[in-house]
Amino acid sequence: MPKAMGAVKQAVPAEIGGETHVATGSSRTAAKVVAGRKVLPIVEGVVLVAALLAPLVLQDYLTVFATRVIILALFALSFDLVWGYAGIMSFGQALFFGSAGYGVALLARDLDITNIFVVLPAGTLIGLTFALLLGGFLLLGRHPSSVIFVSLGTLTGSYAADRLARGWYYLGGQNGIPSIAPMSLGGYEFSEGPTFYYLVLGILVVVYLLCRFLVRSQFGLALAGLRENEQRIAFFGYKAQHLKAIIFAIGGAIAGLAGSLYAFHEGFVWPNMVGVVVSTQVVLYVLFGGSGTLIGAVIGTVIVEGVSFWLSDNYRDIWPIILGLLLLLVILFRPLGLISFVLGERERVGSFGAKVKENFKEKRNAP
Amino acid sequence: MLLEAAGIKKVFGKLTALDGAALTVGENEFHGLIGPNGSGKSTLMKCIAGAEVPTQGKVSFVNTDITAFTPTERARAGMSLKFQITSVLPTLTLYDNILLALQAQSSLFDLVFSRTRGALHDQVMTMLTQFRLADRAFDAAAALSHGQQQWLEIAMALAGKPKLLLLDEPTGGMSLEERRVTGELLQPIKKHCSLVIVEHDLDFIRDICDRLTVLDQGKVLASGTVSEIQANKSVQEIYLRRA
Repeated sequence: MPKAMGAVKQAVPAEIGGETHVATGSSRTAAKVVAGRKVLPIVEGVVLVAALLAPLVLQDYLTVFATRVIILALFALSFDLVWGYAGIMSFGQALFFGSAGYGVALLARDLDITNIFVVLPAGTLIGLTFALLLGGFLLLGRHPSSVIFVSLGTLTGSYAADRLARGWYYLGGQNGIPSIAPMSLGGYEFSEGPTFYYLVLGILVVVYLLCRFLVRSQFGLALAGLRENEQRIAFFGYKAQHLKAIIFAIGGAIAGLAGSLYAFHEGFVWPNMVGVVVSTQVVLYVLFGGSGTLIGAVIGTVIVEGVSFWLSDNYRDIWPIILGLLLLLVILFRPLGLISFVLGERERVGSFGAKVKENFKEKRNAP
Repeated sequence: MLLEAAGIKKVFGKLTALDGAALTVGENEFHGLIGPNGSGKSTLMKCIAGAEVPTQGKVSFVNTDITAFTPTERARAGMSLKFQITSVLPTLTLYDNILLALQAQSSLFDLVFSRTRGALHDQVMTMLTQFRLADRAFDAAAALSHGQQQWLEIAMALAGKPKLLLLDEPTGGMSLEERRVTGELLQPIKKHCSLVIVEHDLDFIRDICDRLTVLDQGKVLASGTVSEIQANKSVQEIYLRRA
């Protein structure tokens, strides 16, 4: 037991980039925490400004690419909530992304429904429903389900959906559903380009802020407990399985929203979209950028997609190998993702009594 | 009786860890569970807390049969456990560790909208002050010494105002001074809480417990007040035998 404790103590300074955070006295630590607390909003601000300016400086075809990246970043947020925040190994996140994509594609193809106020909520609902069904089955037992069970269960779900889509004629089989009509609002049609980009960016910002609110609330504290020691918090009286199912469902809903946007942006859906490949891709985005931070998921998506795009242009034959090596390097040397270059462990985890903390300090400093 | 465990049998494969063990604890009673290594103390604790399901036997708590309750249900009924291995959440601050324990029974709505955060502040600080950790409230729990982590964990286990607290080796790995302080920290909780404590340090047990139960090879060897147990011949024998 003492050995294990030592390991924990050593691990912490290592994770915060070798700073002597732990060893310093409490006053210096406090100063660091306060100074450190400003990093995250700065990163978020920089990313937002860059995203707002992107279409002004990018060529048209790159704006289309950037739109796709923003949609995938929204998808990455969903996985980050489930895995990075709640510690649920979901290797089948594409199931919710892709099924929503197929759902809205069918709405457009068979019922001519493309109104944005119908298709986006419908896609979200499809993602939510599938996540409730799968999450209910995998997570809501009387006793906690094992990590292996959940990860294999989600993986199998995604794989099965892929096979189903490939074999089902109604869904277009291997070819999927091509030429989906554009998303519309009244007489206006959203086609690829700056308008679609800003629409998607707006949605990402709103969802991001909602997630931010959630993970910083007392619910977020419960998630942190869930992630670090599920058994412990069950012994406090938390209904740990319920918490997991709830966050899994929220993740599914966000993935569904992203999937419906993706379907309309690309103009077609195909079996890969529900399958293991896309499910794995989202894991990489989040690992690369930094799981357990929302902005890490966004940055990871932008970098992985950006680098793939550039590599595939310049090193047509060997780019997947280069990308694979890059990802391995990051995972080996920066297990907390690229964001950990600028973000300390303490700020990543955050404080949940933050407002209270300031009041407390004022009281202490008062004469 | 607050807690009544009777006829508890627990079999792991070919090993019978508990063979008809029993334990009764009254209100506001500090009850020590002692015995040689491998006598089944920790297993009995786990069966009471819900970490293990007994092969046979019955556990009642506040006149309710809780044998089939999950740990969550037991916690909600007023039972709390401090694990043998410290399991504070190392990356969270001390403050958040306590808040996490305190808000366990808040509704989902309250959690999402952080409606109990303000109201629980005083309770968090009271717990931290009581366990002499207030000045480190906003440090990460990983930065605490081993002894302080044990105190933090006891504070977390007490945060939900349980009727019964199960402590599995609270002074494990502590210095003599830390053990003394732990004893002091535990005394005041007697007003509102009973305690079952598994401990190797017999001096510590003698100082704080009202009654003792001695286990040997999965069975109860003796149960009674501290002086009764001290005078018991067979208890003396097993401790001499193993010493």
